[in-house]
Formats: sequence, C-alpha cells, structure tokens
Amino acid sequence: MGDVRVAVMSTCIGDAMFPDAVRATVRLLRRLGVSVEVPEAQTCCGQPMVNTGYLDEAVPLVRNFVSAFEGFDHVVVPSGSCAGSVRHQHSLVAARSGDAGLADAVSRTAPRTLELSEFLVDVLDVVDVGASFPHRVTYHPTCHSLRMLRVGDRPVRLLSAVAGIDLVPLPGAEECCGFGGTFAVKNSETSVAMGSDKAAQVRSTGAEVLVAGDSSCLMHVGGLLSRQRAGIRTMHLAEVLASTADSPAEVARS
Amino acid sequence: MTAAPEHPTFLGMPPFPAAARVALADTQLRRNLAHATGTIRAKRAGVVAEVDDWEELRQRAAGIKDDTLAHLDEHLLTLEAALTAAGATVHWARDAADACAVVAEVAKSHGIDQVVKVKSMATQEIELNEALAAQGISAWETDLAELIVQLGEDLPSHILVPAIHRNRSEIRDIFRDKMAAAGRAAPEGLTNDPAALAGAARLHLREKFLATKMAVSGANFAVAESGTLVVVESEGNGRMCLTLPDVLVTVVGIEKLLPTWADLEVFLRLLPRSSTGERMNPYTSTWSGVTPGDGPQEVHVVLLDNGRTRALADEVGRQALRCIRCSACLNVCPVYERVGGHAYGSVYPGPIGAILNPLLKGVGTDKQTDSLPYASTLCGACADVCPVAIDIPGILVHLRTQVVDAHRDDSVPKAEAVAMRAAAWGLSDAARMGLGERAAGLVGRFGRGRGMPGGRTALGWLPWPGTRWTSARDLPLPPAESFRAWWKRAGRHEEQR
Repeated sequence: MGDVRVAVMSTCIGDAMFPDAVRATVRLLRRLGVSVEVPEAQTCCGQPMVNTGYLDEAVPLVRNFVSAFEGFDHVVVPSGSCAGSVRHQHSLVAARSGDAGLADAVSRTAPRTLELSEFLVDVLDVVDVGASFPHRVTYHPTCHSLRMLRVGDRPVRLLSAVAGIDLVPLPGAEECCGFGGTFAVKNSETSVAMGSDKAAQVRSTGAEVLVAGDSSCLMHVGGLLSRQRAGIRTMHLAEVLASTADSPAEVARS
Repeated sequence: MTAAPEHPTFLGMPPFPAAARVALADTQLRRNLAHATGTIRAKRAGVVAEVDDWEELRQRAAGIKDDTLAHLDEHLLTLEAALTAAGATVHWARDAADACAVVAEVAKSHGIDQVVKVKSMATQEIELNEALAAQGISAWETDLAELIVQLGEDLPSHILVPAIHRNRSEIRDIFRDKMAAAGRAAPEGLTNDPAALAGAARLHLREKFLATKMAVSGANFAVAESGTLVVVESEGNGRMCLTLPDVLVTVVGIEKLLPTWADLEVFLRLLPRSSTGERMNPYTSTWSGVTPGDGPQEVHVVLLDNGRTRALADEVGRQALRCIRCSACLNVCPVYERVGGHAYGSVYPGPIGAILNPLLKGVGTDKQTDSLPYASTLCGACADVCPVAIDIPGILVHLRTQVVDAHRDDSVPKAEAVAMRAAAWGLSDAARMGLGERAAGLVGRFGRGRGMPGGRTALGWLPWPGTRWTSARDLPLPPAESFRAWWKRAGRHEEQR
C-alpha cells in the first residue's frame, strides 16, 4: 500500500462491547499487508444521537471524529451502519453546527470512510482473503450496508471464497432484523417481533453461526437466539475472514 | 333514508408504541397482514422488474412533482380557470372544516340526504363521512374494501386495501350481519368464497348507485392545463359514481396537480405497478367539468390545503407531497407488516404516514403525532420501492430532530434527553470513554451468569429502562478488556504479519 495511510475505526459498540470484531479487523488487514493505524482519540460516529433526533448533541462527536481521522487516506469501519452514518449524516450535523470549518473537514473524511467489505473488494481488490472457516454459516446483510452503502454482494463474495465454509442462504435475508438503534428500546415490542421472525429464519438454515457486518444487529438477533437456547452463535464478518487454517477462530468457545 | 353506520375515528389514539403493543398480540391480524403484504410485495416486484427504465421513470416522476410544487400557485390558478371554463364550480378549502362545509352545502342545496362515494383518501383525511352524518346526510362507500370497513364500523388500515386486516371469513360475517340494515341484505347462505362475497357487494351497491343523486370523489391527479380530474380504480364503482348521479363533488388535495396531460403518462405507468402490482389498472376515468346531457350536470371541485402548504414550507419534508398514495411503502415495511395500519392512528399509516402526518399537522403538540417519526428502524426498504423516490428515512430523521427541538426548552427534560446529553458528553472524548469502559470491564470481569453460545456470559436482566432490552433478549456482559485497552496494551505492538 506504499505511503497510503489506513485507519481502523473501532466504533463505540465494537470498542466497548465487541472488541473481538475490531481485533479481527486489525488482524485481517495486517495479514493482507496493510499497515494499520488506530487513532486513540476516536470514540463514536454520533449515529445514536442523530437517529434519535439529537443533532446538537452529535456535533462534538462529529468534531472528534474528523479530528481523529483527518489526514488518513482510508478509514476502515467494521460496520455498515457507522460507515453509513459518517458518509451520509456527518454533513447534516456539520450544517447544523453552522461551523464552515467542520463542514469542510467532513467533506474530506466522509468520502474516505469505507465499510470493511468495500475496502477489501474495492481498494485492496481482493475477494479471497486466505481465510479458513470450516463451519455452517448463514449471512444477514444489514440494512445500512445494503440500502445506505449499497455494498451489494461484496460480503457474500468474500465469504464464498473462505476455505471450508458451508455458506447457506438466509431466507428473507434483505428484511430488517428490527434492531434500529434506539428503536430497539423505544419500540421494543415491535423490535422483538421483527427479531423473532429473523431468528426463526436463521434457525431454519441449520447454521452454526450467524454472520453479519454490524455488531449492533448481531447483538439484537444474537440476544434473541441466546434467550431461545437456539445453539447458534453470532460472529462478525471480520472474525470469519480473520480465521485461518493456522490460526482458526474458536467457534464453540472463544 | 337509511342512516350510515357510526364510524369510529382515529381521535384520541395512543402513541405508536402502545398501539403497536396491542396490535402485535392480535394473532389473526398478524396472520392476515403477513399473508396479504407478502403476496402484494411479490406481485409488485415481478411487474416492476419487467420495466427496464424503472429507475429513470421514477426520477422523472419525482422531477415533475418537484417542479409542479415549486410553482404550485400558478398551476392552481391555471387549473381553476380551466375547470371554470368547462362548467365546474371551484371551491378553495383551507382546512377539513371548510371542505366538509362545501360538500354539505351542495347536498343541502338539492335537498339530498344520501351520497355515494368513490374511494378517496382526502375525504377520509377530512372525516367527511362523519361531518355529513352530523348534518343528517348519509355517505355510502362503494369501494369493496371501504364498504367492508364501513359496514364493520371499523377503521381503514391500509391506503389501497383498507380492509387488509380482515380475512374472507370475517368479511362474510360482516356482510351477513350488517348489510340488511344498510340496504339490500346479503343473499341467504353466503359463503366466504371471494366470488360470492363480491357478488353480494355488487347487488348491495347496485341499489345505491341507481337511487343516489349525488356522488363524492377524490382524484388521483388533476391536470391543470385541461382542467381534467383523474380517478384510477379497479372495481368500476368509481365509474358508476362519476357518471350516474346528477351532482358530483370532488375533493382534491392541492398536491395532486400535474401541469400537462403528457405528464400523466409517467404516473399512469408507475402507479398500478407500485400499488396493486398490475401492469395497468382496469378503470381510468377522466372528466373536465360538465358535458351537457351526459353524466353529472353539476360539478364541484374542492381544492384542499389542510396542512399541505405547511408541508410545502418544510424544505426537507416537502418531497413527501410527491406521494401518489400507491402504498408500496406499506407493503414492504417490516414494521407495518407486524403492527398493521391502526397503530399509526391515521388514515395514512405505514412509512408514508409516519412522515405525512407530522408534516401536515406539525410536531411538538401531541404525543401521538410525535411518536410516528420513531415508528421505523430506518431500514430504507420504503425508499427503494417508492415510485416517486421520496427519501422516507431521511425525512424520518429530519422530523425526529424537529420533535426533539420542539422540547429543548421544556422545564423538565425527558429522561431520554438527559441520557442523550450524558452519552454525548461521555462519547465525545476518548479519555472519558475509556474510563467508562474500564468500569464496565470490572462488571464484565466479576459478573456471573449463564454462558452464551460462543462463550460470553449472558446478562439476562437489567433494571428499567434496560428491561426493554432484556425482557426478550440476552446481552453479553461487557468484555473485561475493551478494544481500546487491548490496543494500548498489546495491539499496537503486535508484529505486522
């Protein structure tokens, strides 16, 4: 990658709740020859505030984001939702702040922010990342990856190239799982009704692992599957792609 | 005269989460909706896929609507002039009360106490039937599904198929029990066979069409240059209402305008495929004023604002006025599919209702309206199917901001506002966030609980408001070490491989 500077955005949920997914992202990128930087000043993209209507409250978070990631050629995010928020919502927050300097900074950082599968396929031009994962897997394409970022079949192409994987299609895959950020608590009953249907589709595949590119959606569906004692675990796309024959991901226990 | 059954109204409905909770427990509603929306979704997808230039077509439609809305004042005057020249009487209605008064006045001037109606969202929005009933005038719905809703003393739950929450056995029961009091009774031994049900409705309605002197309709489109009103329908009841009575009153939202006849072509291609999943709708009726000796000899047109100029003033939200009421967004919405239309507390349910109601009424005054922009996961499926490319998720977020802003000066802030401010404080600085993670990590290190698949420990219960998560979902205990802490301790030093 020469002098190209690549940063990983851990995302607040990845940092605080699902560090394995972010560690796997770092491991995977290093294995592919990318010299990864992790700006320690980073925190959260501000999406929870923006999507609940608290635009003023998101301003300091967006300010923090641009100052942490200014100057990088690519910001890689193991989340379609957070990448989507940076690309499509940071400009709204900047406009609200009335700070032309912030709007200017956002116009530089936002387009350089990529979801993991976009970075792998479009920038690194790789589909077979040399992974090995001999398990039965089904993949849920999260809404913001699908309809906000339009990542299309990139994640499935990446997964299909993994050695030993038994990738089963998920029925009704493109339908929302019902997480929806604060929707999950503000409208918890509807959220759970949607998630239960998604969990039923996941169970119908006979998969051992449900994979997605967003830890938040996985926390929701995985929480339901765990409560149901379904015996199916969730893993982030990065964890599957980081797993190799020499250093396999532990699936049954980790 | 037979009095039309008392209609309940949406007035006083609880906010969305509470209404949704009730709907989610209705097993028959869940089953009916899943079946009906699934069927119509698949039909739509099939016929849309046949059109190679669908994306161009919908961008074109969006452009026509935006241009029209930008010069709405001029187009409205053109329409008024063309209609007047063609022999129609044009009325301007600022709100529901104005519009209802015009319709009642026309009926009373002829001593009419019974009108037939073509299915119309605008007249439902202004609660015309209730207003007419208060003046002793019975309004009879002639669209099959509207008839089911009216006879069942029920509320519509879908824009296109207002009785979508009913199955055919329920409809058989409604016809058997209620038709006699409203006019011609259902035939003896009526079964739940769709053809038999349609036959019963046909006989019942035929009597009404032939005996009624006045009809009320809405319009899907109003063409300004020619003063033409357009109704698109599937059952032929519209055609009966528009031709048989002597007097015809049409209530049209001012956003229904199209400048020219040629513009119609785009919309008549988009609408049937998006709404019923048909390549073309069975009946398209167009009329301009009065034709001597043929059809209604007295024609009125009520141009309705009722909040539309308020919506037009909203720079982000105004694109909602492009809506052609196809209901594709309802059929594809995973929230609507589970809770149905009544939970939205309006004749406009689903994703479009979640933006249109707050835009028409304004936010910050009633909790029900303010709850609607939050009745979505922002999954974006609605925007993808919208034939006029309305960015529904974007407008939802915009309206959420308006709801929050309307309460910024409250003397006692909501718990949510306090939580969001605290989260923003904690999450806008890496040191503060790291401190929070270390505290959570202690809980994670010493917490005990059941193992989740994959080896993490489940947090099965949290105090309120966390119970809203844990009542149905496990949550893993926070990890003993955050990513941030790992990076500092080991991650950044690890060898590049």
